[in-house]
Amino acid sequence: MKIIVLVKQVPDTETKVQVKPGEKAISTDGVTFVINPYDEYAIEEALRIKEAKGGDVTLISAGWDKAAEALRTGLAMGADKAVHLNDPAFLGGDAHSTAVALAKAIKKMEYDLILCGKQAIDYDNHQVGVRVAELLGIPHVAVVTKLELQDGKAVAHREVEGGSEIVETPLPAVITAQKGLNEPRYASLKGIMQAKKKPLEAKKPADVDAAPNEVGQAGAKTTVLTMTMPPERAAGRVVEGEPEDAAKQVVKLLREEAKVI
Amino acid sequence: MSFQLTEEQESLRRTVQKFAEKEIAPIAAEAEEKAEFHREIFEKLADIGLLGIACPEEYGGAGLDYSTYIVVVEEIAKHCLATAVGLGVQNLPQIMIDRFGTKEQKEKYLSPLSSGKKLGAFALTEPGAGSDASSLKTSAVRDGDGYVLNGTKVFITHGGVADIYLVMAKTQPEKGAHGISSFIVEDGTPGFSFGKVEKKMGLRASPTREIIFEDCRIPRESLVGKEGDGFKIAMIALDSGRITIGAAAVGVAQAALNEAVKYAKQREQFGQPIASFQGIQFMLADMATSIRAARNLVREAAYLKDSGQAFSHVAAMAKLYATDTAMKVTTDAVQIFGGYGYMQDYPVERLMRAAKVTQIVEGTNQIQRMVIARNLLK
Repeated sequence: MKIIVLVKQVPDTETKVQVKPGEKAISTDGVTFVINPYDEYAIEEALRIKEAKGGDVTLISAGWDKAAEALRTGLAMGADKAVHLNDPAFLGGDAHSTAVALAKAIKKMEYDLILCGKQAIDYDNHQVGVRVAELLGIPHVAVVTKLELQDGKAVAHREVEGGSEIVETPLPAVITAQKGLNEPRYASLKGIMQAKKKPLEAKKPADVDAAPNEVGQAGAKTTVLTMTMPPERAAGRVVEGEPEDAAKQVVKLLREEAKVI
Repeated sequence: MSFQLTEEQESLRRTVQKFAEKEIAPIAAEAEEKAEFHREIFEKLADIGLLGIACPEEYGGAGLDYSTYIVVVEEIAKHCLATAVGLGVQNLPQIMIDRFGTKEQKEKYLSPLSSGKKLGAFALTEPGAGSDASSLKTSAVRDGDGYVLNGTKVFITHGGVADIYLVMAKTQPEKGAHGISSFIVEDGTPGFSFGKVEKKMGLRASPTREIIFEDCRIPRESLVGKEGDGFKIAMIALDSGRITIGAAAVGVAQAALNEAVKYAKQREQFGQPIASFQGIQFMLADMATSIRAARNLVREAAYLKDSGQAFSHVAAMAKLYATDTAMKVTTDAVQIFGGYGYMQDYPVERLMRAAKVTQIVEGTNQIQRMVIARNLLK
């Protein structure tokens, strides 16, 4: 079974996000980057399928030079090879143009199954995996917590409001991973040492038959106008006095000042 | 030698950091308070190959150098000194058996140790033989095709939980240091038992125990190296162990600095964060500076060892400076936390207790100074 996993490198969950005035993206100074945690579930699932049924796992990511670190980490976990869409033309895109770049690259590859995280924890768009499925003309099942493969089809359990839905789909298909799908492994010491020797191929737009104006910022359908930090929470106010009077005062403030009741 | 970690070392560091944050940090404080040894942590470390870092690949290890090993030790020590020390204690018998053992000994013991199936320990110290290690009294008397051990060892890390012990005993008491030999003793050997479990100030998640030999018969094949090589083997083991303790001390110090920086930014007094006071800033600056110097010294010692150069005196310097730094930095971190720093609700008092033992184990810092001075004056 040939499995492709879409991987995005994102700021570590513990990053204290900062936006410099006038900038339209977060500041990357001093930020640690990691594999998108939901993509880790996808990688782990791919590795488990490979271990159970044989085959190989290819990672693909579109991103700056540094994104190669995320791919190397995935290789250290046990993936076989990686493709890095690495060109300035791929950068600054939105969910649409990123999905176009990935889908174009995937069209030139063999696959039986595509896995990715249900969302990336940076921009939280929840879109790329589903868009890739649409662009490739294959089915998708999103927010999956359990996946079983049978001859030529997949049975996926997905989270829905208040319960779960079991969906059967023919393969190839795109499955987006939700927390709970599995517990991702740590890269082993041997895996880390072997990762360096595994193929990590960098590709330009021309390599994937993409026109420079359909990927990255040029191909984006959305434009970020401004990015600002949320306003700092104002300090609380203590209403003093006897409980009875204070309660009345609080109700008055909530109604007249905060206008919430 | 580069000041930067290699790509693999950095990748390994990040993996170990994640492992330590997820697997060790959540249980470290409680394990320390209740003096609980968590064997499963060592199984998990083994799963990702961290118990055989320096062991050759043919025996299941990764065959990596000390420069890489110390990166792992430091990361783990940031969350739990007991686990970092345990990693060192697991490593020591492996490098000693690899260097001095017979082919049979390597085949029998290295794979179980590097894979974590068996835990190792190192037994040198005795009630009357601490810094003056060569005065040890445990005897190993030739008897037929084996040896009979008698004596008591104290302060043995992983005593009682380890399976394979590297034990120093006198085969020729009249020859002093040259009469010491090194043996492998397996748990369960008749005549080999465990005594008192020590109650310690820190490092409590790592069991420290007395081990006792009473007419304990071991086969001749248990001898590591030649008769009379034991003291040399022990000293070589300690040279390497000192690099480990240095790296662990850097981890403890770095953890204390991280906590102090975080607290200084949050804690407000006189209407402003205490980090805005120069008195606090200077303390933090001094802490960061000595930690960086200590880390570089530890790395130089590892580099010298890896490149086959004389490193004993630099290992002694690294151990001395890194552990004195850990003591100073953790003490200052408690000071920055003020009253809260003295309370067990915050992590710095545990780090301060942890730092103290690093000044004592693997040769007290007074012994390190003797090693350094001897090298200068020879």
